[in-house]
Amino acid sequence: MIAILDYGSGNLRSAERAFATTGQEVVLTSDPAIAIEADGLVVPGVGAFSSCMNGINAINGVSIVQERLQKERPVLGICIGMQIMFSQGTENSQGQPFKGIGIWNGVVDRLNAPILPHMGWNTVEADPNSVLLKGIEEESFYFVHSFAAKFSVGEKQSWSFYGERFLAVVEDGYVCSTQFHPEKSGTAGLKLIRNWVDSL
Amino acid sequence: MTLSVRIIPCLDVTDGRVVKGVNFTNLVDAGDPVEMASLYDVEGADELTFLDISASSSGRETTLDIVRKTAEQVFIPLTVGGGIRSVSDVDKLLRAGADKVSINTSGIARPDLIAEIADRFGSQVLVLSVDARRARTESGFEVTTHGGRESSGIDALRWVEKACELGVGEILLNSMDADGTRAGYDIGMIAAVRSVAKVPLIASGGAGALSDFAAALDAGADALLAASVFHFGTHRIGDVKAYLAKHNYSVRNVVAT
Repeated sequence: MIAILDYGSGNLRSAERAFATTGQEVVLTSDPAIAIEADGLVVPGVGAFSSCMNGINAINGVSIVQERLQKERPVLGICIGMQIMFSQGTENSQGQPFKGIGIWNGVVDRLNAPILPHMGWNTVEADPNSVLLKGIEEESFYFVHSFAAKFSVGEKQSWSFYGERFLAVVEDGYVCSTQFHPEKSGTAGLKLIRNWVDSL
Repeated sequence: MTLSVRIIPCLDVTDGRVVKGVNFTNLVDAGDPVEMASLYDVEGADELTFLDISASSSGRETTLDIVRKTAEQVFIPLTVGGGIRSVSDVDKLLRAGADKVSINTSGIARPDLIAEIADRFGSQVLVLSVDARRARTESGFEVTTHGGRESSGIDALRWVEKACELGVGEILLNSMDADGTRAGYDIGMIAAVRSVAKVPLIASGGAGALSDFAAALDAGADALLAASVFHFGTHRIGDVKAYLAKHNYSVRNVVAT
């Protein structure tokens, strides 16, 4: 069973249906017990880094993610759901960055590009050992974001470029994340979701 | 790694049916928006837009249902516009499965709505639709309402600047002069708006020849929206993408037709 963490408003229906294409049972939930027990937990992204963390904190989401990782249960962060896996984010912050879940150290910062958000289909430079991107290394994926991690973390990194180089996918033991939206990236995105589910 | 230009077909929907339905032979029901959305997805559309032109609230409820059904089978971004007047309207559409909403008249009537939507859901969900025409305003372009029939008295460039400050994530620029002419996009207007917009720019209105699409990109558009040239089969999405690829624009998924 796949749980999608429901901690605010936004389009969760697409994620629910996209993960359901794997044949797995998919539930939207904010119940810690269900989120911790699921075979896989998806942390989607809603709004800005700060509003996202407010939503996560309201349902005790930090301890849900931490407990899963202690129990060696997979977690997949998508878009802002990837960004909040880092220790800090500067979006909408006046000076002092906001605190993230902190699985990875580092500050998620604004992309250096004249036109933001980075919106649309872009390709990635896949890590040769990437499990998530296996068979779809040359495909395009749908990005919508203005902030990103521009430094290396975790075991495997796949990169993209918009104004500057940034992390598109991180695979690090039981926690993986994508800066793009696999649930909005057509057949390539569904293949990535299938790759993740097959790895559970 | 290069960001691709986006080709976006727009479907006008009223009471659950596509207006100006098409004669694609492989469509069982040319008026079914869900089926057309699927077809455009297969043909390589990078995003989809539904413009709800329903006059009634029951028509709007039907649109929510169409959005739900589309989101269940089409996994590319979906924007819905038409009749959105409040944060609650946006919430309903996003929960139904829309990724973005576009607002037009309601943003002009109450600019704070832009900030309210951006604060709650993030700028990335909000497309500002600007129906503009050439006029004797400060920049030479003005915003119109009611489908281009009435002047709002607002200068188009100042409005785009203000909307970017309020938090829109994207601009959809519709040329009311070029719309329906198939004589090409209003290149001067695209370049002028590009010079003040800090967010992605979608150009709309006037697409006819394949070279028109390239000209709009050269003027600074990041994405191209078209309705009738796709609906009436003048061009297939694959034709536009193949043309652009041949002329060295970065495009995704060129599907031979």
